[in-house]
Formats: sequence, C-alpha cells, structure tokens
Amino acid sequence: MTVSATAPLVERLGERFKQALQESSDFRGDLSIVVDPAAVVEVARYLKEEEGFDYLLYATAVDWPARDPRFTVVWEVRSLANKTRIRIKTTATMPEPHVPSLTSVWTAANWHERETWDLLGIKFDGHPDLRRLLMPETWEGHPLRKDYVSFGEPVIFSDQKLEGLEPDAIRG
Amino acid sequence: MPSVAETRTTQEQFGPGAEQMPFGPEHEPPTDWMELNMGPQHPSTHGVLRVRLKLDGEIVRDADAEVGYLHTGFEKSFEDKTYTQGITFSDRMDYLAPPINNVGFVSSVEKLMEIEVPPRAQAIRVLMMELARIGSHELWLGTAGLDLGVYSGFFYAWRDRELVLDLNEAYSGVRMMTSFTRVGGVAWDLPEGWLEQLQRFIDVMPGRIDDFEAMLSDNPIWHQRLKGVGVLSRQDAIEAGVTGPMLRASGIDYDVRKAFPYCGYEQYDFEVPLGTNGDCYDRYRLRVAEMRESLKILQQVIDTLPGGPWLTSDRKVALPPRSELSKSMESVIHHFRLVSEGFKGPVGDVYAFVESPRGELGFYLVSDGTNKPYRMKVRPPSFCNLQPLRQLVKGVLVADVIAIMGSMDFILGDVDR
Repeated sequence: MTVSATAPLVERLGERFKQALQESSDFRGDLSIVVDPAAVVEVARYLKEEEGFDYLLYATAVDWPARDPRFTVVWEVRSLANKTRIRIKTTATMPEPHVPSLTSVWTAANWHERETWDLLGIKFDGHPDLRRLLMPETWEGHPLRKDYVSFGEPVIFSDQKLEGLEPDAIRG
Repeated sequence: MPSVAETRTTQEQFGPGAEQMPFGPEHEPPTDWMELNMGPQHPSTHGVLRVRLKLDGEIVRDADAEVGYLHTGFEKSFEDKTYTQGITFSDRMDYLAPPINNVGFVSSVEKLMEIEVPPRAQAIRVLMMELARIGSHELWLGTAGLDLGVYSGFFYAWRDRELVLDLNEAYSGVRMMTSFTRVGGVAWDLPEGWLEQLQRFIDVMPGRIDDFEAMLSDNPIWHQRLKGVGVLSRQDAIEAGVTGPMLRASGIDYDVRKAFPYCGYEQYDFEVPLGTNGDCYDRYRLRVAEMRESLKILQQVIDTLPGGPWLTSDRKVALPPRSELSKSMESVIHHFRLVSEGFKGPVGDVYAFVESPRGELGFYLVSDGTNKPYRMKVRPPSFCNLQPLRQLVKGVLVADVIAIMGSMDFILGDVDR
C-alpha cells in the first residue's frame, strides 16, 4: 500500500467525519486512523459498507499507563477485494475504560473483543456476550495491563499461609 | 423432531440478529435438552478445548466453546524479552508449524526496522515453511481421519511427517521447536547433504499422497461423513473471519503467499487450490492439494537456491561471524551489545503476516523505542477459525461435531497462546 493509494481514503474520511477523525498516519505502509470513541461505529460502518473493508483481522488494545487517555484500542480490517488494510484506533480512559463494540459491524470481532476485555479490561459497549475468554471466570485483574507484573502470582510455600488458606488445602 | 437433512439446511444465519442463547443457570434449556461437556480431555479436541453442547436428542441446539486451558501468556512474555529472545516463544504457539511462526515473528521486527533479508535466507525460510506446511497437513490428515475412524491413515501420516521432522532436526538440531530465524536472516546455512535428503523427500512424497488419496478420496464412508457437513458459505466465511483453508474451501481466493508475497514467494510457480462447497470434504481435498503445491515450491527452491550470505551484514541487528571476533574490536563490541542488550527498534507499530497451514498468522508489534516489544499481539489463525464453531454445529448431529471440529484444524496452543 503506497501513500498515494491511501491518501484519497484518508481525505474522504476526513471530509466525511471532520473532527471525529483525530489523526492519521502511514508508518511502514500501514495506514492507521485515530477516531473519536463516539464516532467509531459510524466510521467502521462506513469503511465496511462503502469502502469494502469486509474482513476483520483482529482487535486488541495497548496500555500506556503514563498517558491520558490510558488505553489505545485497535481494530484492523482488510478489504479482500482491494487488498488494502486499515487500522482503526480509538482511546479509552480510566477508571472504567470502555469503547463501543464493533460486533454490530464485523461479527468476527466477537471473540477478539472478549479477549481484549479479558486481558486488558476494556469494556465493549453493545457486545452481545462480554465474558472472559482465556482466563477463568473467577480470575481477578487483567494480565496484559502494564501494572500487572509478570510472574507476580503469589506462591504458597509449605511454611506459609495466605488469606486463611492452609497450604495443604491447596496441594490437595 | 426434524430429520437430519432438514436440520443441516436450516442452520442459523450469522450476524447480530442471530438468536443468542446464553449459558448459565438463569438460562436453563427446555427440560428435555441435555447439556453435554465435550472436553477438555476429549481426544478429538487435540489439546484442551471444552465445548458445552446443548442437545435435543442427538441434535446439537447450541454450543459454547471454552478456550484458554492452554493459555500461557505468550503476549505478556514477549514484553519481557528482547526481540531475539522472543523468537523462541513464537515456536511454541503453533507447535505444528514452528518455522512459520518464527518467520512471522521476525518479519514483524524486520518490517519495523526496515531490514533487508538476503535472498539465500529467504529461500531457506521458504524451504522450512513449506516443509512445515506439509508436516502440519500430514498430521491433520492423520488425526482428523483418526477421529472419524480411519486408523491406518494415522500411521501412514505419522510416518510421512517423521520425514519432515528428520529434516527439521538435520537443519536446526531440533525436531519441532526450530527457532531457526534471526532478525535479518536465518541462524545457520544449510548443512551438507541436507538438500539431497530434501530431494529424496520430494521424490517419495507424491506417491505417498497418492496412496492416501486412494484410501480416502473416493471412500464412501469418508464421503458420507464429510460431504455437506459443516458448510460455510462464501459470505459467512468472510463475516466469521475464518482464514486459510477454511476460507479457501468456501471459494475465496485469498492466500497471503499470493496476495502479499513475502520471502520471495512471487518467484515460484504454484496454484492456490480452492473449494466450491465450503464443506468438510472440500477442506480435506484442499489440504491434500496444498501439500502437492508445497512440494512443487520446494522443488523450485532447490533448483534456484541462491548463494551468498544467509544473515544480513547489518551488525546493529545481526551477530558478527565467529571468525571476526578474534580480529576486530568493533565486532567484539557489537557481539557484546547484541548478546547482553539486544538492539532497539524505532517508535511505531506494524502488522506483519504470513500464511500458516491454518491461515493468516499476524503479528501486531508496538514498539516504544526500547529493545523489547512494548506490545505484541498475535493474530492466531486457529483462534479465528474456531470462532464460528457455534454457528457451524447448530442443528447437526453430535457425531458431525467431531467431523466439523476436525476439519477446522485448530491448534490449541495457537488459540490460547
């Protein structure tokens, strides 16, 4: 995807969505747009229905603890016919990060958004079935957040007790 | 009770309007329905997948796939390791095609850093990737057949896959977790005698695939179990986001090797087999045809294998050759920096993708300018292919669930990461 081929798309988007399209970039041939959370469904619907982006690749989020808004939520879609890709980004703020769900536009977003909720704790408004996907239902916390430390799980040694649990009860 | 033929044709449509039937005590099914736990230790799940089926007699009314039993937090682990160290993680996600994961991972780093890969390294990567594709499809043939009662096929497939593993071992020293790529090339040149061993493999395989086809392709039981089962229409396949053989079996001509050639795939002459009906039988035919195409590619790579270096000469990312370390102070410094700290990438985010035996395997890499990925999101093809399981099994018989799940060819290590 060259700059000249993608520039008109960004221009069309800018013309149509004005301020809702906050930013666009072309890094290493990957086209990204940053969209206001309130307009993300509208932009997605336009991209699918009028620009032919019919295939959702993935959805995820990136945690930037020092930034405000803290989370960047990412969906990447492809047009199978035109062989082009576009990355839709929006932002979510603490304490209860939430963005609109795109499952109403691309059904395939279902599991990807569930995974993002599970691992990063972003709520997707309007998602039909927002349950944890990879972690158990009873899990606390969201492992892919930066303040969730790797290898930080409490380990109970035979001479220690944790929260009233006897070590033997855990060993079974 | 509707007949079997009716239930297969009245599958619920996709889309947000599709009937939602949530699970849980507050959503009790009609009393004559039974909830059946398939897995996590069911042999046909090839890993640990739990599927909760709601049964009306023998007919599946709803299903819920519970994944995550193999979740190991690879994406989190990537954030703690340098780019070179991350290669060893990538093997272990899709453990049936590790070379393809290796290439996918490093190609995202190479895209971020704009590194040129020498032609010989690209050819070696293609060799390893196509071998992995054949090995993975062989294993799929064996196990998917085993689920449906083709016991002898399993042994033949396993025997043939062994040849691929031998080649892996002869090249990288390891049968499965090859970790053979490096950012900017591959770790080693091909060892002596390896190409001859590969040539013997290419010579023997077509006959063995013929044997397999003679056993299955016109087998009436195989037809009955697979034809018209698990049909995914063209539109539904795109909507559900499936990829690889599942997408192509529904007639969509999309293969990353053709659509966005990488590693020099544009030089090789091969076909992308397509299905027409989008059923389990098409997926079987397509994978067998893909094995033959992979053999064609392997032969072409052998015939045109370029010489030259197999690792980039950019010393900022690739280790200097051992012989230089005793002569050049600069090489020693590069070696020390690369081994102790690694190299730093520019700030930015890229998405790089390759065609794995299961479909498009993508790596979304976010870099904050340090020597480690800030975020590495994997787009696993198995995950995307497993997602429409619920729609596919609604209305089919329990026995067909096995055939449908088999035809999806998911690897739980790839689904759960």
